[in-house]
Amino acid sequence: MPAINTSLSLTEESKEQTIFQKVGGICIAIAILSLIAAMAGAGKEFPFLFLTIILGMFSLGAVSYALPYFKGHAGIRNNGIMFKSMTDKGSLAWVLAILLTGFYIVIYWYSWMFEGMIRIFDPLSRLLSNKPADQWFMYGAFYTLAVLTMGIRFIGRYRHSRYHVIRTCSVMFFQLGFAFLLPMFLKKLNEPEFYFSYFWPLKYNYLFPSDVSSLIQSGNLGVFMVFWGAMMTFIATPILTYKFGKRWYCSWVCGCGGLAETAGDPYRHLSDKRLKAWKIERWMVHSVLVFITITTILLWLNSYYKGGILGSISGAFAQWYGFFIGAVFSGVIGVGFYPLMGSRVWCRFGCPMAAVLGIFQRFKSKFRITTNGGQCISCGNCSTFCEMGIDVRWYAQRGQDIARASCVGCGVCASVCPRGVLKLENGKESERNIDKPITIGNNNITVHL
Amino acid sequence: MFTMPQKLVIIGNGISGITCARNIRKCSEDNITVISSETEHFYSRTALMYIYMGHMKYDHTKPYEDWFWKKNRIELVMDYVTSIDLKNKVLLLQTGSPIIYDKLVIATGSVSNMPTFPGIDLTGVQSLYGMPDLELMNANTKSIRRGVIVGGGLIGIEMAEMLLSRNIHVTFLVREEAYWNNVLPLEEAELVGRHIKEHHIDLKIATTLKEIKADGNGSVKSIITTSDEEIPCEFVGITVGVSPNIAVVKGTEIETDRGILVNEFFETNIPDIYAIGDCVQHRNPKAGRKAIEQIWYTGRIHGETLASTLCGKKTAYNPGPFFNSAKFFDIEYQTYGNVNPQLSKNESSFYWEYHKNRICFRAVYNKDDGAIIGINALGMRLRHAVCDQWLHERRNIDEVIANLHQLNFDPEFNDRYENVILAAYNKQTGKNVKSKRKKIFSLFTW
Repeated sequence: MPAINTSLSLTEESKEQTIFQKVGGICIAIAILSLIAAMAGAGKEFPFLFLTIILGMFSLGAVSYALPYFKGHAGIRNNGIMFKSMTDKGSLAWVLAILLTGFYIVIYWYSWMFEGMIRIFDPLSRLLSNKPADQWFMYGAFYTLAVLTMGIRFIGRYRHSRYHVIRTCSVMFFQLGFAFLLPMFLKKLNEPEFYFSYFWPLKYNYLFPSDVSSLIQSGNLGVFMVFWGAMMTFIATPILTYKFGKRWYCSWVCGCGGLAETAGDPYRHLSDKRLKAWKIERWMVHSVLVFITITTILLWLNSYYKGGILGSISGAFAQWYGFFIGAVFSGVIGVGFYPLMGSRVWCRFGCPMAAVLGIFQRFKSKFRITTNGGQCISCGNCSTFCEMGIDVRWYAQRGQDIARASCVGCGVCASVCPRGVLKLENGKESERNIDKPITIGNNNITVHL
Repeated sequence: MFTMPQKLVIIGNGISGITCARNIRKCSEDNITVISSETEHFYSRTALMYIYMGHMKYDHTKPYEDWFWKKNRIELVMDYVTSIDLKNKVLLLQTGSPIIYDKLVIATGSVSNMPTFPGIDLTGVQSLYGMPDLELMNANTKSIRRGVIVGGGLIGIEMAEMLLSRNIHVTFLVREEAYWNNVLPLEEAELVGRHIKEHHIDLKIATTLKEIKADGNGSVKSIITTSDEEIPCEFVGITVGVSPNIAVVKGTEIETDRGILVNEFFETNIPDIYAIGDCVQHRNPKAGRKAIEQIWYTGRIHGETLASTLCGKKTAYNPGPFFNSAKFFDIEYQTYGNVNPQLSKNESSFYWEYHKNRICFRAVYNKDDGAIIGINALGMRLRHAVCDQWLHERRNIDEVIANLHQLNFDPEFNDRYENVILAAYNKQTGKNVKSKRKKIFSLFTW
């Protein structure tokens, strides 16, 4: 009888899911225990063994959690997100937030505590760069691992949308290749450790006089790196943003964005949607941009006048920026608070690159999220799952296209919309309907502005 | 000329009432009061299922932040209007003191139909329309294993999806020969039916409820279907449609039939009293439209139109081509213009289906001159503005098929079906229509 069969298969499906979760939990527990053992000193003696166990168990555990998403029907499955402790700011979320925050604090300022753990990365570090590992190598390895494994999860979750599959493969590729392997390989060749996927003003020091001069002195490749950085900042960024919107970088290339899109996906709904948050966002992110621009200009002036006019002040300026913005904001708060404030806190409130891209996207770009006439039912899925805290619904229910500076073009609003109301697209700039509502479906009403 | 601000009262804070209130505020300084007994603030009724499924919380379903109402001087009263005193223009409330109005807008929405089956009053039997129903459903379905949904419409399938999200097995009784076959043509109805079964729902077509049986404590134990099958269950969802909620005008001189009767200006038979939204029955519906149309979009358009009138610009209700949408589990549905389950005499229909991905496209057109009458799409997103324009212009079907690329609203990188649909059309009709899409690589164009 079909009724009984379906009943059984339904129960089996959820049983299967719990099995995967148990396996995942066990693997991650083993990985954490091994980490503790490694830190206690065992890591130094058997680095290779511990490295294999820890990376292997973390990957296996995360992928095991992701596997159920690949089974069954493809489609939006946000069931229970608002009920679970881990995703609804419950006790588990707080535990994770404290652990992540603590991890960042230790790695920035007390990295000696991780000595035992860092040593297990020596074999990998030697293989890739011929040098022993430091805390940043370990951090890069964990970061990349998180993007890759949680990227698999994301692809499983959104596998019905080719946009998400391609985009996620892209962030995984750029994180692994451009932000992890290539810089290490450059080190192996005794070339400068350079990240081709980061540019000024996010990687602010790439246009600081000290970095530029040391790169140029390092040889031909260094000269190319300086050229690449300047070209990406001043030429490629405006052109690509004009054509595709800021998404070409923020949700396709950038490592910070890559982590937010993959590891941060379970927390995307936690972003603050209030109008107040938007006001704070605009002040903060543009202040950071102004600050780093002034810092850069001061450094160049100082260097031009051989330190004559500013002395060491501009250097201190840069150091403070590095501390507050680079470490505290992008690391401790940006990632540590994922489970409490959402995955894009840094990108939204702090990233100067996002600020630049956003200005282009808002005022000079072909990109928009088109709203489909009068089809919006104001349900709120789009706003809820916008990681940048944009109240997408506000525009959708007016039938107005969306060209907000902060939109990273992840496309999740369009995916969770149950009525096919939203579409990310690049079209004629003149056809962006971004300043007035429309009233398709009502012949006798016209909009007065 | 200086005019005294009027006191405008709206009963009901759903999409119609709130749209009306917001649009009046944009052009007038009238005092606006909105009364609701359901929730303090406006929320999107269409999102009720997502609250139950844990996609959203109640707060997420509120389209405007709570400060919005005060800022826009829209007074919110949470109370139940027990009666309307037409002579003195006063509303009597269940708890609060009476409210005087100069103009009254009734936007009370719908109530669920509750047919009289034996056992309909048992605990665990309910419908789903508003927030109280959702809370009840939450309580009724705590740690149960089986539920039965009676009635194959949009709320029925939503309820099925809701139960499934909590691992509750669902039996779905549909009176018609296929799911929602009283609205969808058979092919679409069967496509959705297959998808329902893919989700392990026990879909029983041409079957309905005969009786609900009780356990010892006045709760549901099982149901008996019209084919005399007994299905054990702890929950019964009754989703056999909604009717205009006209309780508030019962016993007054305001004329009603099934709904509150209004003309094209939403005027009832009593001066200064208007009705909009689900609770309305049009005396003279526009050709091709129903007298009672309980749809979110219709409610919004009612609100916009009446607001224009109340702002001093008398405006008749004149909706454009019909449109609607829904989502059946993973399949999105959009419809534009008129697609009826049975073709009328002067209509022809072109239907294309891609079985594997549960996608279909239908265009209904005039047999004689080929003018497009309606479009249905499942699993495919269409561009409303283009559909609307083509329906307005009565675009020829061949032109529609040749320009399908303009309709496409699917996400970037998705498979596109224009060419297959075109080929199917040519094959079915023996025509030789060619695509009008310019073949350029969009990546390299500016």
